[in-house]
Amino acid sequence: MATDRFEIVQSSSTSRISIFIAFFIIIILFFAPWWAGRADIRLLSEIFLYLSLASLWNLLAGYCGLVSVGQQAFVGFGGYLLFALTIFAGFNPLLAIPISGIFGALISLPIAFLIFRLRGAYFAIGTWVVAEVFRLSFAQIQSLGGGSGSSLPVAIVKSIASNKAMRESLIYWMILGLTVLILVSVYLILRSRRGIALIAIRDNELASKSLGINITRSKLFVYIITSGLTTILGALIFLQKLRISPDAAFNVNDWTAFVIFIVVIGGIGTIEGPIIGVLIFFLLRETLADLGTIYLIMLGCVAIAVMIKAPKGVWGFVSSTFKIELFPLSRKLKKQIKEN
Amino acid sequence: MDWINSIIQGILVGGLYALFAAGLSLIFGVMRLVNIAHGDLIILSAFLGLTVSSSLNLHPFASLIVVLPIMGFFGYLLQRGILNKTLGNDILPPLLVTFGLSVIIQNGLMELYTADPQKMNAGNIEVASLSLPGGLNIGWFPLLMFIISIIIIGILQFIFYKTALGRAFRATSDDQEIAQLMGLNKNHIYGLAMAISMIVVAIAGIFLGIRTSFDPAAGPSRLIFGFEAVIIGGLGNLWGTLIGGIILGVSQNIGAKINPGWQLLAGHIAFLVVLAIRPKGLFHRVDG
Repeated sequence: MATDRFEIVQSSSTSRISIFIAFFIIIILFFAPWWAGRADIRLLSEIFLYLSLASLWNLLAGYCGLVSVGQQAFVGFGGYLLFALTIFAGFNPLLAIPISGIFGALISLPIAFLIFRLRGAYFAIGTWVVAEVFRLSFAQIQSLGGGSGSSLPVAIVKSIASNKAMRESLIYWMILGLTVLILVSVYLILRSRRGIALIAIRDNELASKSLGINITRSKLFVYIITSGLTTILGALIFLQKLRISPDAAFNVNDWTAFVIFIVVIGGIGTIEGPIIGVLIFFLLRETLADLGTIYLIMLGCVAIAVMIKAPKGVWGFVSSTFKIELFPLSRKLKKQIKEN
Repeated sequence: MDWINSIIQGILVGGLYALFAAGLSLIFGVMRLVNIAHGDLIILSAFLGLTVSSSLNLHPFASLIVVLPIMGFFGYLLQRGILNKTLGNDILPPLLVTFGLSVIIQNGLMELYTADPQKMNAGNIEVASLSLPGGLNIGWFPLLMFIISIIIIGILQFIFYKTALGRAFRATSDDQEIAQLMGLNKNHIYGLAMAISMIVVAIAGIFLGIRTSFDPAAGPSRLIFGFEAVIIGGLGNLWGTLIGGIILGVSQNIGAKINPGWQLLAGHIAFLVVLAIRPKGLFHRVDG
């Protein structure tokens, strides 16, 4: 009597096709400076930056339950580090960006020491307090313009690349490259052994603890990684803006509220969610941005409606209806075909 | 003498922070909900008070006759209409829904009242002060605000521990299912808790609007003050919250005395220090 043999598969034909398409899209986007106008390049950069911020926030909140409303602390910190490292220490901006990431990861350790004592929603407000401390502290640094902020000196801007078109393309490629890097790392982290632990924690914290997962260590690992990467994103954001002020750098709406809306609407706790969310967000923004505050009110209403009616967001609805995954994380059993 | 004066001012403003915190603490105690829109609701009450007092030509205190029931009723409807649907084991939905609400209130106020700072005028009481020996001056208004804050916290304490409603609050907080079996309607109880929280918010909003100028974006920092007072005082302890508010107010005033730019920073640092040495707060009672 022959017993059935099974094997475990993660990928499916949809996911193999989607990887192929993703690769194709990245190549097209790489050549954007040749086929798109300057305004389009700026818009694309902004989309990628938000996609990166959203993917990182999703990793924190969707997989680790670390709902932070203080990610602006790291965005602003990165921006200010870029300015400080280039102006005071004479670093080339392109070198200052990765260095800022290391500082971001380092400073997240003492922060985690404090705010990991708070749970759930109190953790969220704790992160906000930390971001406020950052904002108020940087507003006190007179050599960086104090409360009114400062601009990146022309000589430093020129050191990236001498002509403007080249400089803008270079920054665009860095943003694109970082976005791809972040998406791939999120995917790889979640597919790794630690990622399985994270998904287990997301599904049931108590059960995963009883299976021997060190919850604090897993969460700390993700917190440090996302902090470092968010700091790098902050440095890139302000390299593109060329001007920084405490209110812009540590803005809760720009760097956290929008990011949360993107993830919630797209689908929290899925890799695909932030991608869908960012497309919806920018589609709405480009068509309705003239409405100003009304647009934000609508965004708030949509997020509340999604959270109550479809807590898994747009992607959660699509994937449960059609049973598809673009980034395969789940494991399926497949019967092996025996050749005899 | 200057120092003693600013410490006294800090203690008095601590009463207001305790009011910000009391509403937050109450709903957390009953249903483990942290309302991110709490600060914006305080500002909403201040604007409501402004509109009522200027259109009916009432004293800001008198506007409470209208603002209190509106906010209380609004709180009940908000809880039953939206927030009850988000409560469960997952902490994300209530957090994100109240976050969305916060954005809606801020931008709604911006649309209605513009971003200009506003202030309510309470007449003579704002400037009248009590002279104490030794050159100390205590404003009647801050003193009144402090005394009323203590009374309100006393009333909340009484409701929570001495009345049938408080028993229902504590029962649903301890075990919703058993409370339901005993004939309590969980949704209604939660609605009442939010209504009471919003009544406290309304009072805090009117005081805030008389004390300082306010604008639609002023909510989040009030939420943070309230939250810091709750954590410093210890979760679930209303009198602890008062101490928390006072510690926060005093640190802010001492910070401001050293350097005007350090006022808010000093408050946040006091909070972080308490968090580092006593993570559960100074007088904690329940576990989060």
